Amino acid sequence: MTGTLAAIGAGLAVIGAGIGIGNIGSKAMEAIARQPEVAGEIRSNMIITAALIEGAALIAIILSIFVK
Amino acid sequence: MPNFVAILKKRNKRIIRMKKFMVPFICLFVIMASTSIAEGAETQTGESENATHNHDECSCHHEEKYDPGASAFHHISDANAFHLFGDYYLPLPCLLYAPAKGFTFLMSNDFDMHHHGSGTKAIDGYVMVHGSIMRVNQAGFPMEGEVEVTCYTEKTSADGKVSFQVLYKDECYKLDKKTSYDAGIMGGGVTSFYDFSITKAVFTMLLAFLVLFFLFRKAANSYVLRKGQAPKGVQAVIEPLFEFIRNEVAIPFLGSKYEKYLPYLMSVFFFILGLNLIGQLPFFPGSGNVTGNLSVTLVLAVIAALVTNFGGNKAYWQHIFNMPGVPLPIKFILTPVELLGLFIKPMTLMLRLFANITAGHIVIIIFVSLIFIFGEAGESLSGSILGGVMAVPLTLFMMAIELLVAFVQAFVFCILTASYIGAAIEEHHEHH
Repeated sequence: MTGTLAAIGAGLAVIGAGIGIGNIGSKAMEAIARQPEVAGEIRSNMIITAALIEGAALIAIILSIFVK
Repeated sequence: MPNFVAILKKRNKRIIRMKKFMVPFICLFVIMASTSIAEGAETQTGESENATHNHDECSCHHEEKYDPGASAFHHISDANAFHLFGDYYLPLPCLLYAPAKGFTFLMSNDFDMHHHGSGTKAIDGYVMVHGSIMRVNQAGFPMEGEVEVTCYTEKTSADGKVSFQVLYKDECYKLDKKTSYDAGIMGGGVTSFYDFSITKAVFTMLLAFLVLFFLFRKAANSYVLRKGQAPKGVQAVIEPLFEFIRNEVAIPFLGSKYEKYLPYLMSVFFFILGLNLIGQLPFFPGSGNVTGNLSVTLVLAVIAALVTNFGGNKAYWQHIFNMPGVPLPIKFILTPVELLGLFIKPMTLMLRLFANITAGHIVIIIFVSLIFIFGEAGESLSGSILGGVMAVPLTLFMMAIELLVAFVQAFVFCILTASYIGAAIEEHHEHH
């Protein structure tokens, strides 16, 4: 039973991170389309923000795998 | 012009010839992999029947059902034995210390390992179980010299804790957990002995160190030998990576002081990248899962935290303990949050690298496990072949993604460290 609950938890965490990273990606693409000359800067900021969200999601997934 | 066309035609022909070779090759690979695994599983079940004893509590009855989860954890965790092929293992030096006994030095092959890295000998109370050294923790077992042991078994107690037992002269003896060289995540824990061995991860790190040392020495030499000429060979591989990290990571985040932190950032980037790529190889010199080991990423994160905090200027500490331009009641909330941030930042660095690499490896192992699951652990040959046909393209796809992840995670670790350092050394102007 705990295994199933952990799997649901991991799935929920991934939904949240997916929405968040999707938003970041779409906004970054829009920004690059508006101002292609700062594409490099936007890209590195996009990766940092995505990495921060991913960190929160990964903590949730790790917890759901290892906490019994 | 016709020359080019001829070259192109020749190349196309070669590609077509390669394709012709590839199809039977892949088929052969799938069939061989499936059958050899099926054979392996058969011999394994045969052995377990021989080893079964008529003891009520203690017997070496192997679970015949294949457990992909357990298999995945076994493959990504660190080990005292480096598996080459079949029953052959690379001998690794083991340095063990037990407070009651003192130091013990031996080679991992002294345990005389067979299936799954389990040894058939116990030396000074130490045994090798599934590639990890464990220590017997029960009176009655000979704690000095070499003795033959029969087998190992897992026992689940009433409260759900799993402990390993060793069978010696028809008696079971309880084993301590393996030492927590993977920070306890893969089933280590507090034990009665300490393991200072050159494990698989340490071996891989030394290998990465040597490879990087020679690559960079070669690149550095070619700047002297080929001065004024275009980069070539190793130099042409290293230079774009180096320039990318310098121009996209170090200079934008660290500003004019970037040269002071450049050696650290480069070391971190190439160390993580090298280990990620070596970990991608599924056979001997690779296969050590180092950046997917929590203790390794912990040390990397602690180093990043030390560099950030020791480099921090007055304004950085002021913004943590006494944020300027904020009313006093808010400071009571803000200071604890900022203090927590000091620890959360390195913690996420640690978890991100560990989780990304570990997750990738687990998915690859689960895809390979399809062969076993469909083959019902060696009983059905057609099932194994079906599993193999599914597993090969899925594994190839996942390995391609992993190759991308190896670069991205090294880059992300580097860029986040640079941004933390940049925030700590930033010169603040009166903008509040």
